[in-house]
Amino acid sequence: MSASAPAGTDSSAPHGHPEEGFFRKYLWSTDHKIIAMQYLLTGMAMALIGGFTVYAFRMQVAFPGESVPGFGQVTPGAYNALVTSHGTVMIFWVAMPVLIAAFGNYLIPLMIGCDDMVFPRLNRLSYQIFLLSAVVFIATFFVDGGAFGGAWTAYPPLSTKPEYSLTPLGAPLWLIAVALEFVAFLIGGINFVTTVMNSRAPGMKMFDVPIVVWMIIAASILFMASIGPLIAGAMMMLMDQLAGTHFYDPTQGGDPVLWQHLFWFFGHPEVYVVLFPALGIVAEVITVFARKKLFAYKTVLYTAIGTCVLSFFVWAHHQFVAGIDPRMANVFSVTTLLISVPIAEMLFVFIATLYGGSIRLATPMLWALAFLVEFLLGGVTGIFLGASAADIYFHDTYFVVAHFHYTFFPIAFIAVFAGLTYWFPKMFGRMMNETLGKIHFWGTVIPFNFIFIPLFITGASGDHRRIYNYNHFPDLARPELQDLRVLATVALVVLLAFQLVFLVNFFWSMRKGRKAEANPWKANTLEWAAASPPPHGNFAELPTVYRGPYEYSVPDRPDDYWPQHMPG
Amino acid sequence: MLTRYVEAASSYAQDIDGLITLITVLVGFWFLVAQAVLFGLIFRFRAKQGVKAQYISGEEKSQKRWVTIPHMLVLVCDVFIIVGAVRVWTDVKQTLPPADHTVRIVSQQWAWTFIQPGPDGKLDTEDDIKTIDELHVKEGATYHFQLLSRDVLHSFSVPAFRLKQDAVPGRLITGWFKPTRPGAYDIQCAEICGIGHGIMAARLFVETPEEHQKWMEKLSPVARAPTPQAEAEQENTPPAEGASAGAGAE
Repeated sequence: MSASAPAGTDSSAPHGHPEEGFFRKYLWSTDHKIIAMQYLLTGMAMALIGGFTVYAFRMQVAFPGESVPGFGQVTPGAYNALVTSHGTVMIFWVAMPVLIAAFGNYLIPLMIGCDDMVFPRLNRLSYQIFLLSAVVFIATFFVDGGAFGGAWTAYPPLSTKPEYSLTPLGAPLWLIAVALEFVAFLIGGINFVTTVMNSRAPGMKMFDVPIVVWMIIAASILFMASIGPLIAGAMMMLMDQLAGTHFYDPTQGGDPVLWQHLFWFFGHPEVYVVLFPALGIVAEVITVFARKKLFAYKTVLYTAIGTCVLSFFVWAHHQFVAGIDPRMANVFSVTTLLISVPIAEMLFVFIATLYGGSIRLATPMLWALAFLVEFLLGGVTGIFLGASAADIYFHDTYFVVAHFHYTFFPIAFIAVFAGLTYWFPKMFGRMMNETLGKIHFWGTVIPFNFIFIPLFITGASGDHRRIYNYNHFPDLARPELQDLRVLATVALVVLLAFQLVFLVNFFWSMRKGRKAEANPWKANTLEWAAASPPPHGNFAELPTVYRGPYEYSVPDRPDDYWPQHMPG
Repeated sequence: MLTRYVEAASSYAQDIDGLITLITVLVGFWFLVAQAVLFGLIFRFRAKQGVKAQYISGEEKSQKRWVTIPHMLVLVCDVFIIVGAVRVWTDVKQTLPPADHTVRIVSQQWAWTFIQPGPDGKLDTEDDIKTIDELHVKEGATYHFQLLSRDVLHSFSVPAFRLKQDAVPGRLITGWFKPTRPGAYDIQCAEICGIGHGIMAARLFVETPEEHQKWMEKLSPVARAPTPQAEAEQENTPPAEGASAGAGAE
């Protein structure tokens, strides 16, 4: 992966950073931009694994028992392992590294106008632990008994006892991989927060920090505050698996539901951990391509803080029917529905930002707008699941699957594509191809809806999750339901095929794309004050900040943008 | 509305369906309005030669109205939904109406065992009726269920009843249902429980009182029922031992 060297790296080395050899420059670098690229490319490679697993198991659902081209026969055990791996990979090794680590690492120093993270070697360590976690995870496929198949939520006792899960090595290795990944992001999060607190450019006040940086900081704090209980829980689970303890073993006085509380106490804030950076990216792209000041900047910040706080009080909505005291469901139903208010407000703010704009539908803007369109459906369908009594029916059905994919896919892919196509000129000093970009856009967004709208319907019809062949259930074996499953699978294959367009565009443009100037989108934020691509050390001269990041179309100025670092 | 996709066969199915319809109407309205406004703005404010965008900070009260009023309205809708959800939830999960019958449901990797009282109306007696992967119940009677698991988590799910409850090893979870419509319906395990999760299916038969009576007579269970001691063992022992207890005849 690291062979794909960014173009234009032969630019002259700035002061204090002498030219380095290939190894030190790309594999052992402390440059935040190189570490960001490492996270990005690792995340993209893991996305291929996540995409392949979903291809294999969706083919089995659509055409049960048939050999899947490129995979072979999907046995029930393999099916569970594929489902588990898909969820784990997409959340822990795609969404997290790309949204938080890649964009966070790349954007924070550039957007606050400093030369690097405050702890560059800690930063390098963070990536190395992350890479190790990915290797450990991939190893689970090759150990005796195969990869863990107890779902990404890993509920005990299934996950703790090999006689139940039949994966004596896969389960503990899976847990170790996930725990290592947490360590990597803890280190990264500390670095992000410290950097933004201490290294902002002279003149940059708290309310001059771009929203995407704020959002990554909010996400990092949220992650660090919620991960502790889960790390403790994971250690207890590991000891149950390997050392014979009984924290979750009901036959010895343990409690399996304890894990669910620890897991979801992290698991629900985690949704916002990945959502926030995505919203931040969308905010940047929308303001630039609508040439508009962000509507109510402070409101966005306050709603983000409100969401962070509330998100610690909603976790048990994953457990309404899990055997908790039924009275608790009422409390968590209230908090869950309340959290719709700040999130709705944030979306309203983004929509309001478009009013009076001068909207250019370039590829990054298409992605950002598609995020709003698709995420809205993910948001409103969450209400069905947050309302306790309705969740009795929808819990663990494909309705849930469709709902969270309408949130996660916009987050982990649509917003990421918005960010990548937007910052690509900065990252590699070249423009991406617009035509290929638009083909990829439509080839992704249209099939995406054809995957998950049918799954809302099968879910409402009673399809429960993680079932490899619905023919065992007479009420679900109806041909009209099977047609919907086939439709979703076909749409998935189409969507996956169109990702090739992106890969071609990405790697071709990196070397052969049209040369980009320093500020091709005429944006205000500080990263565009650096060269494209920025050299190690970022700025020829560290910038001073004179104004907020969203001063677009200011009256009585000839230009419709006013960069933060321009005096006057 | 949900009955378009799945039959409704229990007393509280229509309450849950009603709640789902309420939510659909409220959030559907918001969804359509938001999408209409979003697309409207995109078309209305496409870049035009020589037309500069407006400068709106959104920080003034008169401007902020445009988001604060909708967000107050979202809150109002939330209140309606919460009230509906809590009311239905209280009926379905928090209260136990007096039972006509009790059924014990034992889940294990990967089968359901249903134990119902025989003619004497009591569980844990010699005439208990025990069925595997088949549950026969009487239309119009209120049932309590006692849900158990012998090994891992399972979830007793009957879509036609709008009923779902996880089974947790080491706990006995009680709930209720009242079948209202004769027919045969799927019982699923809705919580992943190992490689056999996908075949952990059972069938629910809601019978008229006469049919149900005939079924009970036909089963003539005394010879096949487990003894009370064996039954007690099943609950408290680890799965391996408990699994064979059902075979013990008099």
